[in-house]
Amino acid sequence: MRPFECDALSAYTVLPWLAVLPETVEQVRAVLRLCHSQSVPVVTRGAGTGLSGGALPVAEGVLLSLAKFNRILEVDPANRLARVQPGVRNLAISEAAAPFGLYYAPDPSSQVACTIGGNVAENSGGVHCLKYGLTVHNVLQVTLLTIEGELLTLGSLGLDGPGYDLLALINGSEGLLGVIVEVVVKLLPVPETARTVLAAFDSIEAASEAVAGVISAALVPAGLEMMDNLTLRATEAFVHAGYPVEAAAVVLCEMDGMVEQVEAEIARARTVLAGHGAVEVRESRDEAERRKFWAGRKAAFPAIGRIAPDYYCIDGTIPRKRLAEVLGRIGELSERYGLAVGNVFHAGDGNLHPLILYDASHPGELERAEALGEEILVLCVEVGGTVTGEHGVGIEKLNPMCVQFGTAELRRFHALKAAFDAGGLLNPGKAVPTLARCAEFGRVHVHGGRLRHPELERF
Amino acid sequence: MRSLDDSENLAGRVAEACARGEPLRIQGGGSKDFYAGPCTGQPLSTRTHSGIVHYEPTELVLTARSGTPLTAIEAVLAESGQMLGFEPPHFGSDASWGGTVACGLSGPRRPWAGSLRDAVLGCRIVDGRGKVLSFGGQVMKNVAGFDVSRLMTGALGTLGLLLEISVKVLPKPECEITLSFECSHVESRERMIRWGGSGLPVTGLAWDGRLYLRLAGAEPAVSTAVRRIGGDRAEDAAGFWNGLREHAHDFFSGEADLWRLSLPPAADTGRLSGAWLIDWGGAQRWLRTDADPDEVFAAAQAAGGHARLFRTLNPQAPRCAPLAPALAALHRRVRAVFDPAGILNRGLYPEAA
Ligand SMILES: Cc1cc2nc3c(=O)[nH]c(=O)nc-3n(C[C@H](O)[C@H](O)[C@H](O)COP(=O)(O)OP(=O)(O)OC[C@H]3O[C@@H](n4cnc5c(N)ncnc54)[C@H](O)[C@@H]3O)c2cc1C
Ligand SMILES: Cc1cc2nc3c(=O)[nH]c(=O)nc-3n(C[C@H](O)[C@H](O)[C@H](O)COP(=O)(O)OP(=O)(O)OC[C@H]3O[C@@H](n4cnc5c(N)ncnc54)[C@H](O)[C@@H]3O)c2cc1C
Repeated sequence: MRPFECDALSAYTVLPWLAVLPETVEQVRAVLRLCHSQSVPVVTRGAGTGLSGGALPVAEGVLLSLAKFNRILEVDPANRLARVQPGVRNLAISEAAAPFGLYYAPDPSSQVACTIGGNVAENSGGVHCLKYGLTVHNVLQVTLLTIEGELLTLGSLGLDGPGYDLLALINGSEGLLGVIVEVVVKLLPVPETARTVLAAFDSIEAASEAVAGVISAALVPAGLEMMDNLTLRATEAFVHAGYPVEAAAVVLCEMDGMVEQVEAEIARARTVLAGHGAVEVRESRDEAERRKFWAGRKAAFPAIGRIAPDYYCIDGTIPRKRLAEVLGRIGELSERYGLAVGNVFHAGDGNLHPLILYDASHPGELERAEALGEEILVLCVEVGGTVTGEHGVGIEKLNPMCVQFGTAELRRFHALKAAFDAGGLLNPGKAVPTLARCAEFGRVHVHGGRLRHPELERF
Repeated sequence: MRSLDDSENLAGRVAEACARGEPLRIQGGGSKDFYAGPCTGQPLSTRTHSGIVHYEPTELVLTARSGTPLTAIEAVLAESGQMLGFEPPHFGSDASWGGTVACGLSGPRRPWAGSLRDAVLGCRIVDGRGKVLSFGGQVMKNVAGFDVSRLMTGALGTLGLLLEISVKVLPKPECEITLSFECSHVESRERMIRWGGSGLPVTGLAWDGRLYLRLAGAEPAVSTAVRRIGGDRAEDAAGFWNGLREHAHDFFSGEADLWRLSLPPAADTGRLSGAWLIDWGGAQRWLRTDADPDEVFAAAQAAGGHARLFRTLNPQAPRCAPLAPALAALHRRVRAVFDPAGILNRGLYPEAA
């Protein structure tokens, strides 16, 4: 049972009562029917790379692993789609499509390991999502089993489906509404070429302004990422990508498409970045150099892992124009808590990933890291953003959800959940906080003197 | 453009109607009533609730109240060199922002730039009890809570009266050229499959007896694509794409039922007969036919898609194929979450009734 006790948020562990690894849809249906009739909770598991505890088992429940659903059922180049089982790894889809000159665009950093079922459940994103959208924009059809064992098909093989857009609701539903047993994804033509510009800045503010500048110059890069000095130094020491380690921040900006399009866009991006005070602008001359530029970005998490015993990865989104201000305030919080914070993130989407460095063997440091993380998320909401851009709520962000949503909205979320799963058996306790929890959280954190949920009873 | 926040009044009107159990018909100019179909209830106009609430060109995000004319939104975006990437049909000069989102329709650019639903980031609604609720937001990436904003798109006002909708907008391309080709239905299919997935900067691919290919992007890229493909520059390209989007094209006039089939682009529709016009590189097909509705529904389903009766003179005709029983039951439960008394646009969404 140990291998199932947690997902990638390993600070929380629970041993499931039972783990099952079915091989057919009929077996999944049988498990669900049995659990439904006996009121046993079910937690679905993909690859377990989730970062918010979304796939954390329930002690009296069944852990339903879809690891054996790992077949690519069909690649249809004429219709540019692939029909796959939920346990297929994200990268395996692009590998299967490559002989046809096609690929699957959403590329979470975990793409070698994470499954498409998990991607749909989390509405996962990645570097490419600025231009090509999130999972929700790249999934055509999902087949799922309800807790009662009913098989539902949502969407179609065309570009939209009949009825309400329940497919949108399934994307990002964190395993609360049904068990996904088949996914049809959209495939895109592999771009003719891709080139990357690396720009170094001597202040975070200048780098943030440059990011906004690129977007307002009518450019939609295939990737627009940023790394701060702490992260730069850590990754350079790890992968030796030749990064300018003196820089306060580096911006990576990638363009892809037809050669002529990419040339025109790269030229424009260079001008914009230089115009926003870049102290150095490099351009990848060939594929090897482009890969080198990205090597550090892709290895940033493990690189940080080498310089601190533990780190805690936060995930929130803010409006792009507030980047400089928010990064500044994260710096202040970092000092106040006495914990270093590294920043490496999807700047083009405003999707931040502050990495809080701590040492779990020092009593109280984990709790301090968590409290700091929560303050950062509250800050994201304060400036008009959200408590999660791509990692999901899971069990991790139940408290900050109480800051982002009011009682009326949370009630609708619970009602929607009940419309799919009246008994609340699928992944209970995740993604949507109970109103009692919000009342409790609101009592502890009174923001700006305003009590959240004054209408609720206090404990 | 008038700017006025009338949400309190609208919410109050819905709350009263809910208390009395009286149905309401959410209404604007009625430019898309033909699409939604007839419904019962006291009219409730969103026309007083208008104005652009927030537009930040550097963020690529626009938020507007539902009564805002669609033309006003497009004009404001154009001033900053931006546009609605999904190219929504207006179907009349009075199209409103709320009606546009409630119908959820997208124009010729959809397969390459995404649909209206894809662009939606957040919304504020009045639900069937008269409660004002907010979902989603104004940032590009947000997975907090269920994605109710996209659920509202295309729900024809049966899950709530839309007050405000935020969408992602796109920069206008620097250069746009349309090529046209003499080619048969069969040839056009082969070319649509080839060009639609070629990685060329395609933003439109349609056939009406001739094949039309629209390319957009940086000038040198478009010129190269033109050289690679060949073909003739289309005359009055803007008129063609506009006529296609707005159903002003000759094909759309006449009395026979007009069907919309949403299909995988390479799909064969079997023996289904009638007059065809093909858009979205094959993924959206328009059919004028006297065929029996069940035959059209079945053919679309067999091809992996679905069909909707889009324009008809027969108000009794079924517009959609019935959903599978379990799915239909789920639709009813979802509807009840937002409008338990079923007072909003009653009768418009038979799938959920
Ligand atoms: C190093 C690293 C980098 C990462 N980078 C990114 C990134 O760039 N972008 C990003 O978005 N995420 C990222 N993640 C997070 C994670 O990889 C994604 O959330 C991923 O989608 C999870 O997939 P999984 O198969 O591992 O799902 P799991 O962790 O097993 O499950 C995640 C959730 O999905 C549910 N679920 C899984 N399968 C199904 C199914 N078939 N039906 C219904 N529900 C299901 C589970 O119940 C759970 O709630 C990263 C994680 C790591 C460890
Ligand atoms: C005489 C006249 C004067 C006008 N004056 C003004 C003005 O001063 N200022 C201004 O801004 N606009 C004005 N308008 C524009 C008017 O608001 C729009 O014409 C109207 O909203 C058009 O909607 P539609 O045609 O897009 O959708 P419709 O055809 O009206 O609706 C299509 C479907 O969507 C539903 N629907 C429509 N709106 C919503 C919504 N908000 N939420 C949920 N469902 C919805 C409808 O119930 C229907 O089922 C005026 C229009 C007319 C005819």
